[in-house]
Amino acid sequence: MGKIVIDPVTRIEGHLKVEAIVENGTVKDAKSSGQLFRGLELILRGRDPRDAQVITQRICGVCPQSHGIAAALNLDTAFGIADKIPPNGRIIRNLIQGAHIAQDHVLHFYHLAALDYVDVAAIAKYEGKDSDLNSIKDFISRGELAPFVPRYEGDYRLRKEINEQAVAHYVKALEIRRTGHEMVSIFSGKIPHSVGVIPGGVTTTPTVDKIMAFLWKLRILQDFINNVYIPDVLAVAQAYLDYAEIGAGCKNLLSYGSFDLEDGNPDLTTRQRLFKQGTVSADLKPARLDITKITEQVKHSWYEDTTSGRHPSHGETTPKYGKQGAYTWLKAPRYDGKVYEVGPLARVAVSYAWGDPAMRKLVDSSLAQLKAPPSVLFSVLGRHLARALSAKYIADSIEKWLLELKPGEPAYVEYTLPEEGVGMGLTEAARGALGHWIEIKGKKIANYQCVVPTTWNASPKDDNGTPGPIEQAIIGTKIRDESNPFEIVRIIRAFDPCLACAVHLISPKGKDLGQFRVV
Amino acid sequence: MVNEIPVIWLQAAACTGCSVSLLNSASPTIKNLLIDQVVPGVHVNLRFHATIMAGAGEPVIKVMEDTAKDKKNGYILVVEGAIPTARDAVYGAIGERGGKPVRMEDRVVELAKDAMAVLAVGTCASFGGIPAAAPNLPGYQPVKKVLEAKGIAKPQVNIPGCPPHPDWFVGTVASIILNGLPKAEDLDDNLRPLAFYGTLIHENCPRRASFDEGKFAKKFGDDGCLYELGCKGSITYSDCPLRRWNDGTNWVIGAGAPCNGCTQPEFPDLVAPFYEKLTDVELPTIGEYWTTRKEEK
Repeated sequence: MGKIVIDPVTRIEGHLKVEAIVENGTVKDAKSSGQLFRGLELILRGRDPRDAQVITQRICGVCPQSHGIAAALNLDTAFGIADKIPPNGRIIRNLIQGAHIAQDHVLHFYHLAALDYVDVAAIAKYEGKDSDLNSIKDFISRGELAPFVPRYEGDYRLRKEINEQAVAHYVKALEIRRTGHEMVSIFSGKIPHSVGVIPGGVTTTPTVDKIMAFLWKLRILQDFINNVYIPDVLAVAQAYLDYAEIGAGCKNLLSYGSFDLEDGNPDLTTRQRLFKQGTVSADLKPARLDITKITEQVKHSWYEDTTSGRHPSHGETTPKYGKQGAYTWLKAPRYDGKVYEVGPLARVAVSYAWGDPAMRKLVDSSLAQLKAPPSVLFSVLGRHLARALSAKYIADSIEKWLLELKPGEPAYVEYTLPEEGVGMGLTEAARGALGHWIEIKGKKIANYQCVVPTTWNASPKDDNGTPGPIEQAIIGTKIRDESNPFEIVRIIRAFDPCLACAVHLISPKGKDLGQFRVV
Repeated sequence: MVNEIPVIWLQAAACTGCSVSLLNSASPTIKNLLIDQVVPGVHVNLRFHATIMAGAGEPVIKVMEDTAKDKKNGYILVVEGAIPTARDAVYGAIGERGGKPVRMEDRVVELAKDAMAVLAVGTCASFGGIPAAAPNLPGYQPVKKVLEAKGIAKPQVNIPGCPPHPDWFVGTVASIILNGLPKAEDLDDNLRPLAFYGTLIHENCPRRASFDEGKFAKKFGDDGCLYELGCKGSITYSDCPLRRWNDGTNWVIGAGAPCNGCTQPEFPDLVAPFYEKLTDVELPTIGEYWTTRKEEK
């Protein structure tokens, strides 16, 4: 019996360690461990509620915009203005979030995941005329191969031409994701940590020049997603078809839904959205989501056991580093007592299961190209494909929204800061279901809680000893070469973990933790 | 012969926003910066960066540790994020040694000791930033304080901003390559390069004329100076209004939002609430008020 320790897991956001116990070449047990504690929720306590939008973005520099949106939705409900956001405000928020998530998916596939499949070092033998590839060839010939080497060796399978094309796309994708950020900047000032989305709407009023600039950057993004990103995912899939059967995980998926499509409905659980809200399991039958059924368990986390099993909004967090049997700063969120995965796969599968026609068409046509049934979605390749389709679905929707903007009309509604209030903000970050909750007392934040995607996906075993989604996806996997455990890192990265979100959020016990209700 | 400059980029309690911002560098691009000779004859050899590098686990930790040994006083250490210093718990670790996690503070100190220079990237590494905001239970400290406490004196440049503009980082690195380590007169009291942080936002703001005429925006979407909506541009040093962000696309005040003072040591506690007016005293005395407030801290 051997133990594989990967610390740090790289090409993800944040500090993650993974341990796998291997017996006869198969993973028998796995531990996913978050290695950093920051305590953002505690920082928020006692501050002006409006500052939550600024501070929660700093939870994560990869997906700040999603926190900005969740915070704004949360504050809209707490301030009693969730039904009063002007259409321009709603639409511009969607444009900002949409551009941000689409570029984030591109970044994930090319810059975080691709180096597990694409062999940059092979460009040493490139003989063509592409200037980017030739500059990489020069780079290799100088002999200092960082940051591309060291790496795991022995399983790069793409044919020479496809590999070369993929490396060229790695470079091209750097430009594309930068263009995506420029789109965000048009309406939100700058990014990372943008400023446009605020409770009440957005700070920017739409103008024709902004709409046009956005439209033609969108075209660049769409062209890349349709003609490069999705074909590359399919090309990688063809060469690594065994990964359609690796990393199935818990097969329970959960989505909060995102991108508001209607005005005037203050209830986030019934609001019409592009991505639908709900849960789905292996049978792909959708079910409605009951937010009150979420609990966070800490038997295997570095916190006092007495705080286990609470709804996150009542959460109390008392650090106890080194606790017997515990191995992570992450808690274990569970829905209805069961393990759930969140992310693009969940987002796509839930909308698919509810019968959304556009999503049906998108998923079915891609699966037809792979000659595979929907069950193949529960795999490493399935997660990459779902992420690419999520990017396309968003990018294609943005165009219509953009042209619905009405220049000259307001994008923001004024409000009065309430003495007291509670709020909830539910959205989908690039990496999955993201929820913010607030309680306001005396015009200050009495309690602020976030439950973020990677806390779900990289969670440890729960109080019943059931492993979290990434752990489950690793357990049972055959490892071909224990000194080059490609299988494990490919499984982990397919989830796109973001540890900044997951562990920067946990707050130690406060002096007067307010009781908290979900509205 | 190409001169290779090894760089170790360490992420402590960071959100990766500084790294993502660097990816937005437009000219040179991030590809030019890492693959090409960024200045003819010089290549930046990024040996360790957890978000970018291909490898994982023990082999990459070895590269990091070997660089400190083999390139003594010849590599640049970049730190992103604040550093947890509380000793009673491991609030943050990077890799293992002998099966035990290595505390972030120990990594930073070890690597700084043998570095040619230390670049603190972002407001967290420069001044503490968001993680060091009250109540700061894990004892987050900026790089300078951590190194001072260990008696390590290294040439250091702070490149704050939440996140910093990519040009500020690229420009600082290029300046070291072309002109050598910065001299005292190139930096302000907070170790920020004057080339980028030499003027107040207020001095170059396109809405400055509105301020001078007393025309203030009363709600978001209004024309006029954003001072009453919480703008901290009058006490914040950076060239944002001239440089603009995301390849010149826009900037904070350009989007109708108030500057939140993110390049300042006072960020976030002394510039919050972000959407409240800086002060109620008479406008011409803003600068004086600010000095007093800092002394009170």
